[in-house]
Amino acid sequence: MASATRLKLPLLLALLAAVLLYPWIFTSNYAVNWGMLVLFTAFLGQSWNVSGGFAGQMSFGHAAFFGTGAYAYSILVVSYGINPWLAWLLAMVAGGAMGAMIGFLSFRFGLKGSYFALITLAFAEFLRVMADSVSFTQGGLGILIPLQSGAPMQFEHAWESYYLAAAMCLVAVLIAAGLKYTRFGARLVAIRDNESAAMALGIDIFRQKVLCLTLSGAMAGAGGGFYVSKYLYVDPHIAYNLGRSVEMLLVTMVGGAGTVFGPLWGAAAIGALGELTRSLSQSPGLSLVVYGVILIAIVAFLPGGLTSMLGLLRKRCRHHA
Amino acid sequence: MDFILTAIVNGLLSGAVYVLVAIGLTLIYGVLHIINFAHGSLLMLAMYASFFLWRDLHVDPYLALPVVTVGAFLAGYVLYRAVIGRFSAGKDENILLITLGLSIIAENAALFFFASDTRTVATAYSDAMLEVGPVLLSFPKVVSFFGALVLCMILGLFMRYSDTGRAIRAVAKERLGARLSGIDVDFMYAVSYGIGIACLGAAACLLMPSFYVSPSVGNSFVLVAFTTVVLGGMGSFAGALAGGMLIGVAESVSSAFFGEQLGQIAIPMLFILVLLFRPTGIFRGTQ
Repeated sequence: MASATRLKLPLLLALLAAVLLYPWIFTSNYAVNWGMLVLFTAFLGQSWNVSGGFAGQMSFGHAAFFGTGAYAYSILVVSYGINPWLAWLLAMVAGGAMGAMIGFLSFRFGLKGSYFALITLAFAEFLRVMADSVSFTQGGLGILIPLQSGAPMQFEHAWESYYLAAAMCLVAVLIAAGLKYTRFGARLVAIRDNESAAMALGIDIFRQKVLCLTLSGAMAGAGGGFYVSKYLYVDPHIAYNLGRSVEMLLVTMVGGAGTVFGPLWGAAAIGALGELTRSLSQSPGLSLVVYGVILIAIVAFLPGGLTSMLGLLRKRCRHHA
Repeated sequence: MDFILTAIVNGLLSGAVYVLVAIGLTLIYGVLHIINFAHGSLLMLAMYASFFLWRDLHVDPYLALPVVTVGAFLAGYVLYRAVIGRFSAGKDENILLITLGLSIIAENAALFFFASDTRTVATAYSDAMLEVGPVLLSFPKVVSFFGALVLCMILGLFMRYSDTGRAIRAVAKERLGARLSGIDVDFMYAVSYGIGIACLGAAACLLMPSFYVSPSVGNSFVLVAFTTVVLGGMGSFAGALAGGMLIGVAESVSSAFFGEQLGQIAIPMLFILVLLFRPTGIFRGTQ
């Protein structure tokens, strides 16, 4: 164990250095934006990982939190003229509140497993229809954030968003590491592995699950705020579509659900694969077909994701040594 | 008052569509206890099959029904044997993820091969109307309404009286006991999944004359189908029939009052409420 930890520190530093140096090595806007998207997707995956990975509450509707954050940010900035950084913070709060609400309702009524997944999907759909219909979200028109040079949270260079995404990703990794090493995280894992046993140990399951979904929702809400600050536009489809929820699930499952770095590996792998399929064919659809195949393959052959593959390799090396 | 009557009748007709889509899903859930997230996408593929049979071979969708149904059965059987049953290791969550993967593959493969165009089948009767009292009814929708009734009846009789149906029910109720009495459980699982998908084949052919197909058309059916199944009580055909009709009416009446846009809220709302307050369905004890 000790040797593993000793080995890990240089690896972690190398990873950090790679993330920090990336925009200086690959300087084109395209490459920097690609890196930004990988880090951002990893951040969103981490949000899903908190509830879906550590606590085992698999959601098909994380877009509900992402979209709520995105709308909170846009409405606060455009209609109320609030400082974007503050709006971003409030977007996080809005995402967390949505997580608390959905968690409260679903867990109070004891929904688990596939039913929880389906009801989160229904909540996201409910919010999509609402956003499409009510006036303060401007319905199907969507909300456009006016482009102003020098406005807070609007960046001139691609690398500025890149580093913001990197910082978010770092915080998310720290949260995941926190879950791995704190009692709260241990309780969530206990709930995932055996809910009845966790209850018998005196864990207030309902409370832990709601807290966990609140945390997860707050992260996804912050992700939504960041998304709008970068692309300056949101509409009901961007905010609440199933594809967004699936993306968060996918990168986490591919990288390894319930691990600290899983979403990061998953996002990098999926991002690289997306580039590869795009270079092979310009027609739409192909890359997503590959994602679907990968999802099935991971569930079938590598339930621990890429992270577990690294573990297997390490074990094999040790056997040979 | 006429507009409410029209809304109700139209609701029943579109409810029949939901019944058609959901009936296979309820069978798959009732027996396999799996949530088939690929249901909408498989319906979409069956609709494309019906469309291409019409466009390239000039086969009327209603005449193509037996062919597409049998084809869908075989496809479902193979899909279960080769992918779902083999890879899921018997875990609910895995099946959900695998069927999600299948739906992603199906939808995007359709996008890749057939492009995102919306396609329709134009038959002589596509726009035909029937006048019943004060309301005008679209002929293909009336056909799909009765098709849904007949399909429910056939499935109900099949499950009750045929040897295969009895075996399927035995597997659903008591897996180990069924195996001990000599039933090939894995085979029955694959057959049930095949029948569930066969229903989609029939549904697709009944839908095509009055509907359209595009790679993403399945998405609009996923939540509705699940709502129907949950509302009717998982695994109950009569429940699915009543549930689908109820949803159709609820949607159509709420659209009449709140407008097209907000009217769509009825489905996710119903789904959430039923799942929270009556997860066993509103017709408890129908099976």
